Amino acid sequence: MKIRIAVAALAALGLAACGGPAPEAGPGSGPATTPGTQAPTESKTLTVVTHDSFALPEDLLKKFADETGYEVTYVAPGEGTSLVNQLILTKDSPLGDVVFGIDSTLASRALREGVVVPHVADAKVIDGLAAEGLTPVDFGDVCVNADSAWFAANDVPVPTTLDDLTAPAYKELFVVPSPTSSSPGQSFLLATIGAKGDGWVDYWKALEDNGVKLAAGWSDAYYTDFSGADGKGPRPLVLSYATSPAYTVDGDASTTEALLGTCIRQVEYAGVLAGAQNEVGAAKFIDFLLTPEVQATIPENMYMYPALDGVALPDEWAKFAPLSDEPIAIDGAQIDTGLEDWLRTWAEQIG
Amino acid sequence: MTKAAWRAAWVAAALLPAAFLAVFFAWPAANLVVQGFRDDGVWTPSGFAAVFSSARTWRAVGFTLASAGATTLLCVLLGLPGAHALYRCRFPGRDALRAAVTVPFVLPTVAVGVAFGALLREDGWLGWLGLDGTPVAIVAAMVFFNYSVVVRTVGAMWARLDPRLAQAGATLGAGPLRVFLTVTLPTLAPAVLSAAALVFLFSSSSYGIVMVLGHGRFHTVETEIWFLTTQLLDLRGAAALSVTQLVIVALALWATGRAQAGLTRALTLQPDVGATRRYDARRDLPALAATLATALLLLGLPIANLVWRSLHRGGALTLANYSELATATVQGASPWRALGTSLTTALAATAIAVPLGVLVALVASRRPRRPSARRALAAVEAAYLLPLGVSAVTVGFGYLITLNRPPLDLRSSLILIPIAQAVVALPLVVRSLLPTLRAVDPRQLEAAATLGSPPWSVLARIELPHLTRGLGLAVGFAFATSLGEFGATSFLARPDNPTLPVLVVRLFGRPGAESYGLALAATVVLAGLAGAAMALAERARPEEVTAW
Repeated sequence: MKIRIAVAALAALGLAACGGPAPEAGPGSGPATTPGTQAPTESKTLTVVTHDSFALPEDLLKKFADETGYEVTYVAPGEGTSLVNQLILTKDSPLGDVVFGIDSTLASRALREGVVVPHVADAKVIDGLAAEGLTPVDFGDVCVNADSAWFAANDVPVPTTLDDLTAPAYKELFVVPSPTSSSPGQSFLLATIGAKGDGWVDYWKALEDNGVKLAAGWSDAYYTDFSGADGKGPRPLVLSYATSPAYTVDGDASTTEALLGTCIRQVEYAGVLAGAQNEVGAAKFIDFLLTPEVQATIPENMYMYPALDGVALPDEWAKFAPLSDEPIAIDGAQIDTGLEDWLRTWAEQIG
Repeated sequence: MTKAAWRAAWVAAALLPAAFLAVFFAWPAANLVVQGFRDDGVWTPSGFAAVFSSARTWRAVGFTLASAGATTLLCVLLGLPGAHALYRCRFPGRDALRAAVTVPFVLPTVAVGVAFGALLREDGWLGWLGLDGTPVAIVAAMVFFNYSVVVRTVGAMWARLDPRLAQAGATLGAGPLRVFLTVTLPTLAPAVLSAAALVFLFSSSSYGIVMVLGHGRFHTVETEIWFLTTQLLDLRGAAALSVTQLVIVALALWATGRAQAGLTRALTLQPDVGATRRYDARRDLPALAATLATALLLLGLPIANLVWRSLHRGGALTLANYSELATATVQGASPWRALGTSLTTALAATAIAVPLGVLVALVASRRPRRPSARRALAAVEAAYLLPLGVSAVTVGFGYLITLNRPPLDLRSSLILIPIAQAVVALPLVVRSLLPTLRAVDPRQLEAAATLGSPPWSVLARIELPHLTRGLGLAVGFAFATSLGEFGATSFLARPDNPTLPVLVVRLFGRPGAESYGLALAATVVLAGLAGAAMALAERARPEEVTAW
């Protein structure tokens, strides 16, 4: 019987498909309701679209559902870049009402494509995180990590800068996830572009000459190749996060350290999706993400720093996971126009 | 039942699975590809020019053909002795080994990456081979995955070959090799080709293995489609590559189909002879030795490495990873619940794929007299393999833009997961069932018809009993494939209700010795489950119908 329904549906869809292309919404003229000009939509259900690392304690999610009375569904169709691209692709019939996990790398693109309608929650966030139209939820630094024990045992000084990584003393010691398949890998590519400008391709060629190893994703690099993690690989330098050393604590010291001179900052934003069926609920969910109790659970669930000002950090973080004072900067608008070309160039010349 | 009604029933049987694949595979994939060829309402093939002006694309096409070709060849070379040893010989532990060789087939690629990667890197057990990051490592892992496809598809057929044919050859003085080459191999050829086509399709569309073991240095058409689609949203380029992928797959299917058509012959099938045949060292020892070597080195070593690692934490031997698996929560989901979700979803996918596969196999095994009708059937059969040769990303993104509006708005519907898995499992079901159906002696059918049996009675009394023999294998494959499916599922899974492979990948994505250990333990559980499912499916096979 089900199959018959599918056949009927196919026929109907076939007819619909022959009826001509659906009117396309150009950027800016999307089906979004602009807040203020029209009453915001609301419904009994709320669909939350997130990246695939989204995690919060079950009791908090339940509390949100109970307090708002919504039937909440969570969908996680991919990592950061894939998520935003899926949102762009489906903007005329959006995947849900609210999105969490738009990375600072992709924020301007998401706004330009009209994926989200501007909405910023009323919360005091840490300086430097705010963005137009989106609400910062958490942030962190992507940095090169070193296996401190290895460097001590081999009597080699721990490197401190991006340039060190191309020095002969560090030949065949570094492993990095590929920018074409990994989100932190992409951040590292941006770090090299921020630091080296037009010279970034040459920098990567120097890394290549110095025996850099590529990996498909963060877990392959960190657990298979890195010597400081439980996988006990052969390489003592890996691209990871500033927070990673907090998870390799042995006694009262961490066996790894983040090289704070090699970091680039990542901010993760939440936004109301254009064309949402439940804009009221979407805004409530963003407010919920910014409540102190949710923010306090972010470090242990998503391994990021809370964006809300004044939230206490886990003890290990305060001790072993400091942020970089001066992360490598790169302008959002520049990323928006350049990223595709950079990735293609990297893929052609390095990968 | 009149002749017309009988014919109409066959048409209906053909239309059901066709409609399923049309709605849940062809239409979404085509919809996405078509978008890549439209620019402001005008058709344009500009994607081809853009994509094929890049040297990277040519390298990707070359590497796809080379790696999939080498994998297919190796799988057949290693799989034939495997099929002989595991389906024609009787020895203690045979059934367990049969189930064990299927385990790699369902492992999530991230786990295979860990297992192979740790084995091959400089300080690993096989580090001295210097294979880390080489094409050899990629092909080895692909063979690791697909070996059982050949063993099982060929073995299921081999076990029922009438031994008298080979015995006659031997009595006439032919040595075992000569008997094998001139009598056995030609009769097995259709099953071998069938398996080879599957292996080629699986390996040419493999994503994870190429990425993880190639360290991002090697690319296939599949990985390029993934990169262009998910990372650059370059639908134009991705569409051109999808068409290229489809052409490669269609050519491979056409070639095996042609070869098969010339080789398939009706056979008198016997009940499983592996159970009764006595061991003969001269004949069986080489195959047995080759199979054990393959099982131990190629399959056993990576899995042993995985298990060994799962028993460690912080350098010490411990069961903590397993005991904590029972109580842990990963991003709001417990491994137990993920296990439950995986089993339910895989059961649902099997329940969809097996009945549809039975219909396809029955239709495709008809023997019409007109050559045009025969060709049409061959085309139908090939069409059902296409989902294996089309990128999971193309289908996944296709779902996004196709099944997201009335009348079929399934945007956040959980039913899409078993459906997507069934699409992937269906070709395996069809391929497991077809060889046994094809081998039914037409004289038997004709005799029944001549003696006045109505066609439905011939179907029920002769063909269906044959079909049920392949059913255990089909159900096993469908269930195991769905259990291990990651590509399509990852687009559809719920963060709070993931399947086990999705959970494993998430665990690997978290820092800390505990997460890593749990991920390894969960992978081992998944592998064990798949092996158990395959073993059960074989045992649940209905009693053999007596020989005739």
